[in-house]
Amino acid sequence: MGLGLPAIMKTTAARLSALYLLLFALCAILLVFYMTSLSARMLLAQTRETVNEEVLGLAGAYQRGGIPVLVRVVGQRSRQPGANLYLLADPNGRILSGNVQSIQPGVLERDGWTELPFSYERYGEIRRGEGGSDEQGVAVPAVGHNAIAVVLRLPNQMILMVGRDLGEPERFRSVVQRSLMVALGMMAVGGLLIWYFVGRRALKRIDDVSEASRRIMGGDLSGRLPVTGAGDEFDRLSENLNAMLARIAHLNEGLKQVSDNIAHDLKTPLTRLRNRAEAALSGKKSGADYREALDVTIAESDQLIRTFNAILMISRLEAGYSAEPLAKVDLGPVVRDVIDLYEPVAEELGVAFSSEASGEFVVGGNRELIAQALSNIIDNALKYSAGAVEKPAVAVSLERRDGEIRVTVSDNGIGIPDEGDRQRATERFVRLEQSRSQPGSGLGLSLAKAVMDFHKGRLDLLPGNPGLSVQMAFPGSKDE
Amino acid sequence: MLPLLSDKIAYNGAMKILVIEDDREAADYLQKAFGEAGHTAHVAGDGDSGFALADAGEYDVMVVDRMLPRRDGLSVIAGLRSRGNATPVLILSALGEVDDRVTGLRAGGDDYLTKPYAFSELLARVEVLNRRAPARESETVYRVGDLELDRLGHSVRRAGHEITLQPREFRLLEYLMRHAGQVVTRTMLLENVWDYHFDPQTNVIDVHVSRLRGKIEKGFDKPVLHTVRGAGYMLKAA
Repeated sequence: MGLGLPAIMKTTAARLSALYLLLFALCAILLVFYMTSLSARMLLAQTRETVNEEVLGLAGAYQRGGIPVLVRVVGQRSRQPGANLYLLADPNGRILSGNVQSIQPGVLERDGWTELPFSYERYGEIRRGEGGSDEQGVAVPAVGHNAIAVVLRLPNQMILMVGRDLGEPERFRSVVQRSLMVALGMMAVGGLLIWYFVGRRALKRIDDVSEASRRIMGGDLSGRLPVTGAGDEFDRLSENLNAMLARIAHLNEGLKQVSDNIAHDLKTPLTRLRNRAEAALSGKKSGADYREALDVTIAESDQLIRTFNAILMISRLEAGYSAEPLAKVDLGPVVRDVIDLYEPVAEELGVAFSSEASGEFVVGGNRELIAQALSNIIDNALKYSAGAVEKPAVAVSLERRDGEIRVTVSDNGIGIPDEGDRQRATERFVRLEQSRSQPGSGLGLSLAKAVMDFHKGRLDLLPGNPGLSVQMAFPGSKDE
Repeated sequence: MLPLLSDKIAYNGAMKILVIEDDREAADYLQKAFGEAGHTAHVAGDGDSGFALADAGEYDVMVVDRMLPRRDGLSVIAGLRSRGNATPVLILSALGEVDDRVTGLRAGGDDYLTKPYAFSELLARVEVLNRRAPARESETVYRVGDLELDRLGHSVRRAGHEITLQPREFRLLEYLMRHAGQVVTRTMLLENVWDYHFDPQTNVIDVHVSRLRGKIEKGFDKPVLHTVRGAGYMLKAA
C-alpha cells in the first residue's frame, strides 16, 4: 500500500479498527476480572467448607478418644496426599504432629479462622524460593505454599490447626491470567487482520472514488464513479454521486446550449435593431420617419426583453428553487381564465375555439406559472392551426385520467409528424423547420415544459388526427 | 389612422420621485427619463441614504431596487412602513424567482417590476401609483367625456346610449376609466383585469382592447380609447 504508519492512522478504517480493538480489550479485561473474582470467591468458600468438614471429623475423633485418638487421626490424615493441612502443637506452639513443617509466625496464636492466606512449609518437600529457617530454627516460611486455616485451642491448651492449601485457586487464577493474555493477543492479531482485509478493501474503494472524482474534476465530465454491483453503501454513494454528476452534466449542457442560443437568437434581432437605427440616421428623413424607426426599435427591444425574460424564467424553473411551498390551485378557473384571454384572439384569427373545462381540479402548484404555460401552448396551437386543411380549430380540455389531471390543447394544423421532432420541440429555441416563418421566440413550449417539470408533471406532445395535441399532465393531488 | 399620443401624454402634474438604485448609470438614466416625463427624481445610491431621504422627504412615489448596498431594499420598505410612511413603492428587481413578487409585495411594496424592463412600463406604473392621484376606488360612477360607467349598476353609457359589455370587457373598461388620462400598459391590464402577472406572448390584450374600442367608439366620432405606441393604452376624452 506504500503508506507510512501516520498515513495509515489517518485512514478511517485504521482508526475504527484501533478504537474497536481498544473497546473490546477493555470489555474482555473487565469481564475476565469479574469472572475471576467471582470464581475465586466460590473456590475460597469451597475450601472453607472442606476445612470445616475436616474439623468436624477431628472433633468426632477427639470426642471418641480424647487427645490420643486425635493425635492418631491427625497423624493418619497427615500422611494422606491432598491439599489438607493438619497441625497439632503444644501450648507454646511447638509442632507435635501433622504434615506442616513450619508455619508463618503468629498464625497459631490467633484462634479461629485465619482468613488471610499465610505461608507454610510441608514435610517431605524440597524448599522452593529463597526463604529458609531463621537462626532460632523456627521455620520462617520460604515462598512456599499459601493456605487458609482454622486454629482451635483444645481443652488442654494444645493447638489444633486444620487448613487447606490455596494452590488450586491460585493455579486457577494464573490460568485465567494466561488465557487473558492469549485472548488479548489474539484480539490484536484479529483486529489487524480485519483491518487488513475489510478496512483496506474499503480504503481501496474510497481511493477509487477519489481517483475517479479527481479525473472528473480534471475536466472529464463524462466520467463516472465505479459501481461494483455489490449494492453496499459504497455503491449507493457512487450511484448518488453519479446521479449528481449526470444532473450537473445536464445543467452544464443546458447552460452551454443557452449561451449558444442566446448568442445566436439574440444576436440576430440585436443586429437588426442596430441596422435599422443606422439606416434611420442615414440619408434625409422626415420627423415621421424617425418616429417610425424609433417605434419599431422599441417594439423590437420589447421582443428582446421578452425573449430574455423567458430564458431567465426557464433557467430559474430548472434550478427548481421556490421559497414558497406550492399552493393548492384549482385548474378549473385557471384554464377558463386563459381560454377567456385567448377567445377573442381565436375569433380574430378565424379559429374555432372550443373548450371542455368545467369542474374542480385541485393540484399543488403555482397559478401564475400554470396560466403562463397554458397560454403559451394555446398561443402555439392558434398559430399552427392556421395551416389546417379544414377550418382551423383548437380544443382545450381538462380532465382527470389515470390518476393524473390533464389539460390538453389540440389543434388540427399540420402538427409535428415526426416522433423525434415532437420530442425536440420542447427544447430551448428549437423551432422546427415548418415553423421558422412563424413569429415567436421559440421558447413557448420550453417554458411550458420547464413549468411542468417544476410541478413534477409532464408535458407530452401527442400526434393529433390531424394536428398536434399538447398535454399538461399534473400528478393528481394526494387527498383524492 | 390611430392618434399618436406618445408626445401628448397628459400628466396629472409633476411627481416627486425617489429612486433608490445602486447602479449609477441606471439611476442617472431614470432620473433623466423621469425628468423628461415632467417629474422630479432624487437618487439615493444605497439603502441607508435611501431610507434617510425617504424618511425625511415628501415623495409621491419611490422606486426601490431590491438589492442595495448597506441595506436591502425590502428592509428599507419594511422600515419605512413601520414608521408610518405610506409612500407608494415600486420594487425593481433583477431577481425574478417564482415567488419574488409575493415576497416583495408582502414586505410593503405596492408594485413589482423585474429587470430588464421598458421605461415606458416603469413610467406608466409609477404614474398609476402616484400618491396624489385622485383616489377613484370609492367613486361609484366613472365619467370620461361623454362616456359613463356605473360600477354598481354594471352599466355603460356613451352620450346617453346604453352600451352592452361582457363582464370581462366591463372590468377592462372600469380599470381604464379609473386610470383615465394615464398610460396603462398591457401587463398592467393583464394584472389588474385578469389577475395574472406574466407577459402575454402575443397581442391577446390588444385584441381585447380593440374589441372594447369597437363597442365604445363605434358610431361616435371622437375616439376615447387611445393607443400609446410602445407603451400601452390611455382612456382620455379628446
